[in-house]
Amino acid sequence: MNADHDARPSEALPARLIALRARTGWVLLAALALVAASFWSLDLQWSAFWSRGSAASMGRFAAEFFPPDTSPPFVRKVALATAETLAMSALGTLLASLFGLLLALPAARTHARALWRVPTRMLLNALRAVPELVWASLMLIAAGLGPMAGTLALALHTTGVLGRLFAEAIENTPPAPAFALRVQGAGPAQVLLYATLPQVAPQLVSYALYRWENNIRAASILGVVGAGGLGQLLSYHLALFQMGRVATILLAMLALVLAVDAASYFARRAMTR
Amino acid sequence: MNRGVNSGRPGPSLRLERVSVRYPGAQSAPRPALQQVDLQIGSGEHVVVVGPSGAGKTTLLQVAAGALRAQHGRVLLDGEDPWSIGAARRRQLRGRLFLAPQVPPLPPRQRVVTAVLAGRLPAMSLAASLRSLLVPLDIARASAALAPFDLSDRLFDRVDRLSGGERQRVSLARALLAPARLWLLDEPLSSLDPVRAARALQTLREQASLHGITLVVSMHQVELALANFPRAVGLRDGTVSFDAPSSQVSPEQLRWLYAHTPPVPPPPELGPEDLAGSAAVPMMWR
Amino acid sequence: MTTDPVTLISPSRSLPRRDPALPGRLAWLAVSLLLLWPLLVLTEFRPWQMLEARSLRVTAHFLTGFLPPALNADFLATVARETWRTVAIATAGVSLALLVAVPLALIATASLSVSSLAGRMAAGPFAVRQATRALMVALRTVPELVWALVFVRVVGLGPTAGVLAIGLTYGGMLGKVFAEILESSDAHPTRMLLANGSGRLQAFLYGLLPQAAPELTSYAIYRWECAIRSSVVLGFVGAGGLGQQMDSSLKMLAGNEVATMLLVFFGLVALADAASAWLRKSLR
Repeated sequence: MNADHDARPSEALPARLIALRARTGWVLLAALALVAASFWSLDLQWSAFWSRGSAASMGRFAAEFFPPDTSPPFVRKVALATAETLAMSALGTLLASLFGLLLALPAARTHARALWRVPTRMLLNALRAVPELVWASLMLIAAGLGPMAGTLALALHTTGVLGRLFAEAIENTPPAPAFALRVQGAGPAQVLLYATLPQVAPQLVSYALYRWENNIRAASILGVVGAGGLGQLLSYHLALFQMGRVATILLAMLALVLAVDAASYFARRAMTR
Repeated sequence: MNRGVNSGRPGPSLRLERVSVRYPGAQSAPRPALQQVDLQIGSGEHVVVVGPSGAGKTTLLQVAAGALRAQHGRVLLDGEDPWSIGAARRRQLRGRLFLAPQVPPLPPRQRVVTAVLAGRLPAMSLAASLRSLLVPLDIARASAALAPFDLSDRLFDRVDRLSGGERQRVSLARALLAPARLWLLDEPLSSLDPVRAARALQTLREQASLHGITLVVSMHQVELALANFPRAVGLRDGTVSFDAPSSQVSPEQLRWLYAHTPPVPPPPELGPEDLAGSAAVPMMWR
Repeated sequence: MTTDPVTLISPSRSLPRRDPALPGRLAWLAVSLLLLWPLLVLTEFRPWQMLEARSLRVTAHFLTGFLPPALNADFLATVARETWRTVAIATAGVSLALLVAVPLALIATASLSVSSLAGRMAAGPFAVRQATRALMVALRTVPELVWALVFVRVVGLGPTAGVLAIGLTYGGMLGKVFAEILESSDAHPTRMLLANGSGRLQAFLYGLLPQAAPELTSYAIYRWECAIRSSVVLGFVGAGGLGQQMDSSLKMLAGNEVATMLLVFFGLVALADAASAWLRKSLR
């Protein structure tokens, strides 16, 4: 037997790497199985996409977007919807910052009695887990059609997000100033106002501004379920197949998102000066 | 500033009875931070605590302030054991003392005026504290507290624009505004140059004498300590080496105190959660 | 609790100084209030309306329907089927996204640039790379809901619209992040391979992929988890799955069905989160 066929221990792979490769192999297999099952179980209408006629109709469809409708009365309507969307995102983020801070206090490990911590964190997780659109659909029941439902939906979801971020920021604040005030006998609210918040406030505002960037995108589309703003206008004109108007609305959405992104970026930069 | 306005009750007495302390999380340390410490400080007395690094000076002040709970022995503030009373009464008791940690505990972006006025918080209602955040309620008083420390002109600067020495002086100025009658100052002159240090010490002692405040200061500048305080306590390796009138402290005692000591890690930083009695830190005050 | 407010320091006899920050603070306060008013008006923010008798009745009726959650066998079978469809839409969508993202990322990454081996990248390849990046940004920027709305018009209601929407949006996201991961890896082995004449694909497979693989898979798995949530949201505009079922139950004000589905949704998200975390850890 040729000596080359014998295993050369110095060149055998370490056991850990073999196990990793084996695991990777299984995971890859499972993933491929999942993908195959997914494609097979959904009856996807590929034919609608790939047939020869459909390519032409897609081209026609795309052409309907040009030119975008720029008639003054419609542009006015879009401008109003844009303002409504902007207001929804701003007010929703503002409310979420307030309530997020209120909930972050019992949720933070440094301030809380353990009794409050777990239920508060569970509440924040629940608020976070439900997507904004689902909240909007729920809020429509309580608040009716219109932007108030959208504002509340954004506020509820973002409270969950910001509450958790705020709690972590508060936990990571250097403890010495708060400690000194508590030793002296200052009340917990006073310690918060004079020691913790002064240190952590810029970061909280930064988180809120960053979240605003996400919320403007969310606010733009909440309207498709009836929560006001550009989304409501979009779904209305899409249903009527008025693609030129849809194009205008999409352009307005893009401009709004870019504007808010820029505003948020510059505000955050100004704060860290 | 020299008028004794409304001096109120005299400073509380402080008494440590066979106090032994280990820091939470330092259970495996070779020896406790404080061992069997007995100390009696009368109302209005001025005492300086000297000793090498690692002797336990900071621990002593923190135990006296109720920031640390002793495993053995007890601490009596004006005859009251803080651990045997309810949380509300304990907070009242805390309002009677003022602890200045070694590192000035000032939020970096806060303005000096607000940082100094924070010393008065135990005596302020919540509404007043809120209002004072928007517009400082008593700028004049803050200015008067900073004046003996030569910082009146920095009233509206941010704390992080101050030097280390200036921050330390702001932290000391808080004491002048606190309603406390017991001052526990941990190395209050460590960042100050000799001239400023002497002046600050003089201010603190004058104010303490004027109002009957009990003053306990830890220092490593021995000459300054013995020259300015009537009574000195020497601490080494967590035990009291000597406790005598300053005039009677001999050079041999000092030499023995500062003889070669192995390096000891600094005491861990405590946070407000340590005061909250959480399960992970079972010996903290609430 | 009020201790004796002893004042050690009486106010100095000189005039108290004005706080220089006060005018600025008052100005900020005024501006904020001024901006708050139009916000409240534009969003028709009248929370007290929710407490009016009529809406309160509707809300109460819906909320009381929450308990007990609908647990009959037929409905649970429907929910199970729709939950699987949601997962399937997400998986198919992310697979499509990978098909889109991988070529785009490979084109866009500067690490595979042959022309830059000699110094600055040539103008032609640079333009192609920038264009690819722009394409990925464009795909990302359009919200997936908008894509789904448009595709529902083209291919009709059902999962195809959802799969396509997720495929395109996530394609852009995955592409951009993949390109960033590839570029932040050590380019040295790759450049050596390219300099020695290997093809770009080979250079990628042997140079970049080995180091970048863990990060790439980690991000892909994370995005799969996000896609599950997206697919629920897309259901609200007719892309099938749990979301569509929830939408119809909400419209019928069937609180008990909505309650069940919310619970299932929470469970699904938690499961996906756990699975994703486990996968990412075990592949390290």
